[in-house]
Amino acid sequence: MTDFISSTANPTEPDVLVERTSGGFFDHLIYVLRGNPITLIAFGMFAILVIAAIFGPLLAPYDPAVSNVSIALQAPSWQHWFGTDNLGRDVFSRVLIATRLDLLISVAAVALSFVIGSMLGAIAGYWGGWLDSILNRLFDTIMAFPLFVLAMGIVAALGNTVENIVYATAVINIPFYARLVRAEVNIRRDAGFALAAKLAGNSDIRVLAFHIYPNALPPMMVQVSLNLGWAILNAAGLSFIGLGVRPPTAEWGIMVAEGANFIVSGEWWLAVFPGLALMFAVFTFNLLGDGLRDLVDPRRRT
Amino acid sequence: MMPGRLKTILLRISQSIPVLIGVVIVSFVLTRALPGDPAVYFAGAAADENSIAEVRAQLGLDKSLPEQFLVYVSDLMRGNLGQSLSTGQPVTQDLAQRLPASLELTLIALILSCSIAIPLGILAATRPGSWIDHLCRVLVTAGVSMPTFFTGIVLIYIFYYLLGIAPSPLGRLDFIYIEPDRVTGFYLIDAAIAGDLETWWGAAKQLILPSITLALFTLAPLARMTRASMLSALSSDFIRTARSAGLTEGSIRYTYAFRNALLPVITTLGMVFSFTLGANVLVEKVFAWPGIGSYAVEALVVSDYAAVQGFVLAMALLFVGLNLIIDLTYTAIDPRIGFASR
Amino acid sequence: MTFKSSRRDFLKAGTATMLSASMLPFLKSLPASAAGNDVIVAVTGQTINSLDIHRTGTNRPSYQVAVNVYDRLVSFGTKTLPDGGLSYDYSVIVPEAAESWEFADDNMSIVFKLRPGGKFHDGSPITAQDVKWSFDRAVSVGGFPTVQMKAGALEKPEQFEVIDDLTFKVHLLRPSKLTLPDLAVPVPMIINSKVALEHATDEDPWAMEYLHKTPAGSGAFKVVAWKQGEQLVYERNDDWTSGPVPAVKRVVLREVPSPATRRALLERGDVQMSFNMPNKDAKELSDADGITINTTPIENAIYCLCPNLNFEPFKDKRVRQAVAFAIPYADVFQTAAYGRGAPMWGGENSVPTDIAWPQKFPYQTDLDKAKALLEEAGYGAGFKVPLSISLSQADWMEPTALLIQENLAKIGIEAEIEKIPGANWRTAALVEKRLPLHLDTFGGWLNYPCYYFFWAYLEGHLFNSSNYRNEEIETLTAETLNMPVEDPEYAPKIKRMIEIVWDEVPRIALWQPALNVGTRSIEGYEYWFHRQLDIRGLKKV
Repeated sequence: MTDFISSTANPTEPDVLVERTSGGFFDHLIYVLRGNPITLIAFGMFAILVIAAIFGPLLAPYDPAVSNVSIALQAPSWQHWFGTDNLGRDVFSRVLIATRLDLLISVAAVALSFVIGSMLGAIAGYWGGWLDSILNRLFDTIMAFPLFVLAMGIVAALGNTVENIVYATAVINIPFYARLVRAEVNIRRDAGFALAAKLAGNSDIRVLAFHIYPNALPPMMVQVSLNLGWAILNAAGLSFIGLGVRPPTAEWGIMVAEGANFIVSGEWWLAVFPGLALMFAVFTFNLLGDGLRDLVDPRRRT
Repeated sequence: MMPGRLKTILLRISQSIPVLIGVVIVSFVLTRALPGDPAVYFAGAAADENSIAEVRAQLGLDKSLPEQFLVYVSDLMRGNLGQSLSTGQPVTQDLAQRLPASLELTLIALILSCSIAIPLGILAATRPGSWIDHLCRVLVTAGVSMPTFFTGIVLIYIFYYLLGIAPSPLGRLDFIYIEPDRVTGFYLIDAAIAGDLETWWGAAKQLILPSITLALFTLAPLARMTRASMLSALSSDFIRTARSAGLTEGSIRYTYAFRNALLPVITTLGMVFSFTLGANVLVEKVFAWPGIGSYAVEALVVSDYAAVQGFVLAMALLFVGLNLIIDLTYTAIDPRIGFASR
Repeated sequence: MTFKSSRRDFLKAGTATMLSASMLPFLKSLPASAAGNDVIVAVTGQTINSLDIHRTGTNRPSYQVAVNVYDRLVSFGTKTLPDGGLSYDYSVIVPEAAESWEFADDNMSIVFKLRPGGKFHDGSPITAQDVKWSFDRAVSVGGFPTVQMKAGALEKPEQFEVIDDLTFKVHLLRPSKLTLPDLAVPVPMIINSKVALEHATDEDPWAMEYLHKTPAGSGAFKVVAWKQGEQLVYERNDDWTSGPVPAVKRVVLREVPSPATRRALLERGDVQMSFNMPNKDAKELSDADGITINTTPIENAIYCLCPNLNFEPFKDKRVRQAVAFAIPYADVFQTAAYGRGAPMWGGENSVPTDIAWPQKFPYQTDLDKAKALLEEAGYGAGFKVPLSISLSQADWMEPTALLIQENLAKIGIEAEIEKIPGANWRTAALVEKRLPLHLDTFGGWLNYPCYYFFWAYLEGHLFNSSNYRNEEIETLTAETLNMPVEDPEYAPKIKRMIEIVWDEVPRIALWQPALNVGTRSIEGYEYWFHRQLDIRGLKKV
């Protein structure tokens, strides 16, 4: 055990944030993208998602909410690329329209938990003491809950609306961010560079925000990228239990959940296309997160 | 060293008490905030006002909330989690019956997941930017991008319905097998203890599809965290020092880098475990797995207060225990984190 | 090395929980032997949560245990349906544990003679004392059993008298045609009171705890294994004294929540029966090789759209009629029910010609008429109303609501769909009766129109979720409820009642639902009003 300790307890580990030099960012961007073609693809996929989210309603060939029972459960064809569902609605239009809502739910939920989690985690990690203890117990309490069931409970208690799904998803994710930030800040608060920044006359908040906290960003990015996906999947899971958004609103999770019952009877397109859309989005977020990590990771920039 | 360590452990345990108190309070409030009146629900289809009132009194729901809370806490003190209304059994008994099913599934899935994800992550980290790295990324990301219930149904459709090579998705054991005598509640272990190979194989077969479903979903966080922290570790100074000191690449990678990369991986493993145990309700539903997750969901849907609270508390205990272990491993691995600051 | 040690810790954590779990009392686990020719495996999506129908909180699927494991004094006969399937016969009451019965001349009491030699599963004789104890229990424990007994005018223990070991007398509070049929429903089952009393305590005089998990009956089957949420295993009672000994030795009932999985199991032949299948699967599998689908319209049941009279616009019957004319009935029936069941719209006359119930309501899709009625009522500009559905019945309620929502929008009524969780549904819809517009599923066990009206159209009654009140209906229902069907006044009164509710439509009928049961190499499946699986007549072929 001793050799191990001596090798890691090295206080001179250089957790230094490299100063941003003008123009360096774009050079670096190009450098990263060149070295990692998948990130480039991910940016392309992300662009598709954003376009679908913004222009979806304009691009949809059919009204996603209008039923036409006479053409219910038709297989994919030239008229209906993704087929029709049990009410004769065009699956392609519904998948397209749902992009906006799904992105909104996940981004809103993750943004909320990222911001709140970062603040609470930084406070806990930097100042420590009783504040740290209280916050830690709070995070522990939330995390000690079986998270999916907690989300279910919150949505069931507050009612199944989009906002409540966002809140529930945000609440269960806050501790993940908070603990990550706390751990990173805790390690570095007494590190040389932080002390130096402090001695240079920076206030605690400044040191925390600009010198220590950015070091937590790389792992946070990994977390964000996973979380954006989890947020969508979480909403899909809630839909599977029946606690999703209200019908007839199109949402990928609900469409997969409802379509899943049709797979065995051969109407695979009901679940598969929204499922693929869901996968596409989660996939994009994850790849993007990886790419962003390379971008913000100071170690790669040296 | 030992007394100090013992003290930290005790300190750490004492720190989990507020968490449990918090869980008890929050779960109580949450269940009471659920819409729906259990008395009405459980009074049955044709109950009139009188019988609803009777049921309400029976359940103690005619008392004020603070009173109900006191009753609940005093029951808890005596180790009584209450009686589940929908199963009609003590909640402890329900949990004891169902927890092993969920744990067995989750553990098998995680073992499967770790055995794939960690080597993948290391492989990816040692060759960053190579096609192996990209392939790993795409693979694990694809796994986590599918909703578990969707994966489960697709697997059943392909391997059971179309190909007919998987056993029928009928829970933990097909009905042609005899359930092993209960020792641990884990069928694999119980069957092994009984020396009943056939049943062991029967239980293992049932585990394959659901655990693959869960493992696919948990690959990504583990592999990504392994890769990310391996990368950090490999690019840090002490590795450079080790390299310059002429240590072999293998020993650098596996002795120094991996050991240092382990900390975030273990955190993630803990998170994934708790997440999976809570989230495999969806998988349990698809595979008719008689686990704790489906129990909780059913209880939640019918506002079976005692069952929901009992489930949450049990999971919290499990989680707190797990966390304790993770924290202790933290100190073992990275002494920079001390308990003093908490 | 570190990784290994941490994993060991990890596993140790697992072991710790395992140990604590295993210290709890052993759970009863009995082996289910290999499938053979006299074993039937059935799947269902629902959970059986108790083996005692009298217990508070016992859910509907559990009622089948009362049917298969216990006997009643009497039962209903069996008839062959037009499609060749079997159904219970409401018009014929047949002996079960009782051998014969006789009404007193004033119709104020019934004397039952029990079968001599009737035996419980433990071999002890079925006596009148057991019957009395069981009936006393049903009327005393409160909740559903007590309410159901009351429907047959069976309200107090004093009504039940033991004459001798094999003679049992029921005193009636009033003569009612409902009493005898009510003794044939699952609730008044005969419990082995000797066994039950051994396990009764001061706090638990009715042995609720014991009978919840351990049936003490005399029925055609015994429960040999029950693992909640997993399976129930029935085994034949070779010494059944209340009827012919069943053909199958064992019936394994597995609970499989996913309908897709259930369908796959039946299609692949791994199970012989899927009980209560979704309409879609029933429709699609009806042509499949080797699979027989039994679809029986559920007697005395209608799926309805209920406009609540507490909601201002629905106070005007023209608005309710407008809604009834706006529903796309045929589309709803095809999409939500896949055509399984019976249409309840498009009746020819506005006055019923017979007393069949349910029968087609005189409404069809006619948006112009709907608009005109709304104009007339002063709601030409339309209004907003939430349309509530139950989460636990979303399979048919959601498509139905979506189609109704679309058509209502065409006449200016903006309906927002609101999904309500199962536990809250009863409270909101039936107890508080506060949902302005919602779907409902009421069906009466006792197959009389007056019985349906009693529950669904009388003010304050549980299933009158529309808060409907009509003086004439109140009087007529009270008059007809206990009146024999043969009474010459009965039919005219019922026709009048039907005419009123057709005109005022507090409940807009959509269709009569059906119960679908898929079987493979099995015959003898019989439909029952309680919609639970009766395994007593099943045979493997």
